Amino acid sequence: MGSDTHDTTTHVIGYKTLTTVWIALLALTALTVWVALNAPGIGHVWGSLAIAAAKGGLVIAFFMHMRYEGRLLRWLLFVALVTLAIFIGLTFSDVLYR
Amino acid sequence: MSHQTRKDPAGAKLGMWLFLFTELFLFGGLFLLYGVYLARYHREFAAAGREMHLGFGTANTVILITSSLLAAMAVTAIQRSGRRLVLYLLGGTVLCGAVFLFNKYLEWSDEIGHGIYPGSPRLAAGPPGESVFYSLYYLTVGLHGLHVLIGGTLLAVVAARVGRGTIHAGDFAWLENGALYWHLVDLVWIFIFPLYYLVL
Repeated sequence: MGSDTHDTTTHVIGYKTLTTVWIALLALTALTVWVALNAPGIGHVWGSLAIAAAKGGLVIAFFMHMRYEGRLLRWLLFVALVTLAIFIGLTFSDVLYR
Repeated sequence: MSHQTRKDPAGAKLGMWLFLFTELFLFGGLFLLYGVYLARYHREFAAAGREMHLGFGTANTVILITSSLLAAMAVTAIQRSGRRLVLYLLGGTVLCGAVFLFNKYLEWSDEIGHGIYPGSPRLAAGPPGESVFYSLYYLTVGLHGLHVLIGGTLLAVVAARVGRGTIHAGDFAWLENGALYWHLVDLVWIFIFPLYYLVL
C-alpha cells in the first residue's frame, strides 16, 4: 500500500506517504502556534516564516507531486520563486534604505 | 473534417502550473505590501494583530491541511481505480472547504460587530497603521476565501464528472489540476496564518 509506483506520465503516491506528510504538517502547525504563544514580540518573525516555508515545501513536494516531476516543472518553479524573491528583495532595499 | 481530440496530461499540468505561478505572484504582491507596511507601522500592526482570533486561525489551518490531504488522496485513489473512494475523498475536501468558510463567516461577523471593517468609524478614528492592517487583512483573506469558494466549486464539478465516469483512471487531468488548485489555496493560507495571526 505504501510503495510508490512509477509510470511514464504520472506517479502514484501511496496513502501512507501522504498521511505521514499530513502528520508532519500538523506537528509544524502546533510548533508554530507554540512559538507564537511563548515567544511574543517581533523577534520570532523569521522563525514563523521558516516554519511556514517548511510547511509550504512539504505541500509542494508531496501533495502537489513536485518531488516526482520532471526537470521542466522543477525549473519553472525555481524561476518563479527566484523572481518573487527578487521582487521582495528589491522592494525592501528601496523601502528600508530610502 | 474530423477532429480527433488527443489527451495531453503533461501539457494540461504544465498549463495549470503556469497559472498557479500567476496566483503566487498575486498573493506574493499582497504579502509584499504587508511587509512594507509592517516596517512602516510596526507598533500599530502589532496592536491590531494581537486582536486577531488565534483560535479561528489555528482551526482553519488544521481544516485546510486536512482537506489538502484528502484532495491528494483522491488523486491516488483515481489512479488506483477506486471511484467510490474518490467521491468520498472529494466530498470530504469540499466539506472541509465549507467548514472553513463558515468559520470565516463567524470570525468576520464578530470583527464587523466590533466595528472593525474597512472605512468603519472606529478605524477612521484610530491611527492610520491600524486601518491599513485591517484593510490588508480583509483584502488578502477575502481574496483567499474567494479562492476557497472557487476551488470547492471546481472540485464539486470534478466529483460530478468522476461520478458520471468522464474522469477515470485513464484520463484524470481535471481531477489532478483541481487538486493542484486546492493545494495552492492551502499553500497561501500557510503563509497568511503566521503573518496575520502569529507574528504580531
